Amino acid sequence: MLKLDRVNKYFFRNTQDERWAVRNLSLEVQKGEFVTVVGSNGAGKTTLLNLISGTYFPDSGRIFIDGQDVTTVPAYERAKYLGRVFQNTFQGTAASLTIEENLAIAYLKGKRKGIRMAISEKMREYFRERLAEIGLGLERRLKDRVGLLSGGQRQALALLMATFGNPKILLLDEHTANLDPKTGEKIMELTTRLIEENALTAIMVTHNLQDALQYGHRTLMMDEGEVVLDIFGEERKRMTIQELLERFSELRHKKFAEDRALLSS
Amino acid sequence: MPASYAGLRKEACGIREFFLYSVQEGLLFGILALGVFITFRCLNFPDLTVDGSYPLGAAVFALTMYRGYGPVAGVVSALAAGALAGLFTGILHTFSRIPALLSGILTMICLYSINLRIMGRPNISLSENLGHRTIFVILRDAFPTVPEVYVRFLFLFALLVVLKFLLDAFLQTEIGLSIRATGDNETLVATQGINPDDMKLIGISLSNALVALSGAMFAQYQGFVDINMGIGMVISGLASVIVGEVLLRGKTIFVMTLQVIVGSVVYRLATAVALNWGYSIGFKPYDLKLFTGILVIVILSFPVLKEKFGKA
Repeated sequence: MLKLDRVNKYFFRNTQDERWAVRNLSLEVQKGEFVTVVGSNGAGKTTLLNLISGTYFPDSGRIFIDGQDVTTVPAYERAKYLGRVFQNTFQGTAASLTIEENLAIAYLKGKRKGIRMAISEKMREYFRERLAEIGLGLERRLKDRVGLLSGGQRQALALLMATFGNPKILLLDEHTANLDPKTGEKIMELTTRLIEENALTAIMVTHNLQDALQYGHRTLMMDEGEVVLDIFGEERKRMTIQELLERFSELRHKKFAEDRALLSS
Repeated sequence: MPASYAGLRKEACGIREFFLYSVQEGLLFGILALGVFITFRCLNFPDLTVDGSYPLGAAVFALTMYRGYGPVAGVVSALAAGALAGLFTGILHTFSRIPALLSGILTMICLYSINLRIMGRPNISLSENLGHRTIFVILRDAFPTVPEVYVRFLFLFALLVVLKFLLDAFLQTEIGLSIRATGDNETLVATQGINPDDMKLIGISLSNALVALSGAMFAQYQGFVDINMGIGMVISGLASVIVGEVLLRGKTIFVMTLQVIVGSVVYRLATAVALNWGYSIGFKPYDLKLFTGILVIVILSFPVLKEKFGKA
C-alpha cells in the first residue's frame, strides 16, 4: 500500500544548520496494516508523515502509494489517498466554520468544487449518522461552530473527517498528545474502531510507548532519521516497554531520551 | 457653479435629505465593504489592491461611456477589470510568493499609472451634457414622478440587497466554503484535497470585482472620476466591516454580510455628521482620513485595552 524507497530529507541544506532529518529510509506498509511509530524528539517521525503526505518533498528517494509514484505530487493532490489528524487539535478542523461545514469539506474531498450548494439535506443525514456513532452528541450540533467544541471533541471530529471516503492511508500525528489522559484514551478507542471498521491502513506517531505496543500490528522505533527497530507479530505481543527500551540502548549505545514517553508509560 | 455647489446643496438639504444622501453613500461603499469582507474576513488575506481597483472600476466605466457604450457595458467592464486586478495580486502572492500586504501594494501602485492611462488625465467628467447616460440618469427618466433622491436610494438599496444575497449564497457553495476554509486553516484545506492557492485567486478576484463595481457606481453617482478617489478606500472598507461587527453580534454568513452593510451605512453617517457639524469645532474635510484611521485603530485596539486595563 505504501512504499518508501531510500528516502532522504535534509533541512537547511547547505547551511551551517543543515540537519539530515530522514536518512536512507526504506519502508513497506501492507494494506490493512496499522503501524505505530515511536522515537525521541527530532527522530524524524513527523518528517516521515510530512513526506508521505507531500507537505515536504524528499531530497532523494521515491515514495509510492498503492503502486503509484507520488514523490513529487503536491499535498493537495495526494490528499485524496490520505487522511490525517494532527497533534494540535486546532489543525485538523476549521474553527470558524460549523461542524457540518467542516464535515462537508471532508465529504467533498477529491471532488471537483463547483458553484453547487456545498451541503445537501442528504449529506446532513449522513453526517448525523456518522456523528451519532462516535457518541459525543455532536449530531445535534451540526450548526455549531467548531471553535466552541472541546479539544477532545475537535479531535474526534478531525478523526471522523480524516476517515471519510476511506483513505488509502490514515496518518495520525500524536493526535492524543494534547488531550488529557482520559480523553486521549477515548480518542484512541475511537481511532481503533474506525480503523478496524473501515479496514484502513494506518500509521500512528506517538510518544506513548504503551499505546505504541498496545494498538496496531507493528511498531517502528526511529532514531536520528532512521528506523532502528521494526517489530511485529509474536515478538511484539510479548514485548514490554522495559524490553523495548533495553533493545534501543543495545542498538544505539545510548538511552532512549524521552521524558514524556517514560512519564506516560 | 462648483464654488457655490457645496453651499447650495447644504442650504437645499434638510435633515431628511442629508440622511438619505449619507445612506446612499453608505450603500455605495457597502459594495466595496463586501469586497473587503471577502479578503479580510473570509480569506484572511489583507488585500490593499482596493485603493487601486476602486478607481480602476471608475476609470474603466468612464472609458466605456466615452467610447459610446451604455452603463451596463461599463459596469460589466469594471467588474472584469477589478477581477483581473485581484487576480494579478493573487498571482503575485501565490506564484511569486510575495507577502500578502506587499502583493496588494504592488498592484495598487501599478494601477495608479494604468488608471491614468485609461483616463488620459487625472480627472474626467461623466455628464449628461456630454451625452453620458449613467444608470442614475436612466432611472430618473424612467420614474419622472418620483424625486430623484428616492429613486437613487431605492435602486442602491435593491442593488446591495441583491449583492448581499448572491454573496451569501456563493459563500455556501462548494467553492465558497472552500474559500472560507482556506482563510481559516490552510493546512486542513490542503489535507482535504483543496489547492489553497486556487481559492485565494478566486476570492481575491471576486473581492476586487466588487470593489471595482463600487467605484463604477460611485463615479456615476458623483458624475466624475478622479485619479485619487481610491486613497484610503481599503481602510474605510475595513472600518465599515469592523463597525458592523461592533454593532451586530453573530457569526452566520447572513449576519456577517449584514454587519458589513449596516457598518458601511453607519460609518458614512458618522463621517457625514463629523463633516457637517464638526465644522464648528474646526473639523475640516481633509481631517476625514485621520478620523477614519483613529476609528479603526480604536476599535482594533479595544480588545487589548480591555484585557490590559479592564480588570483593574
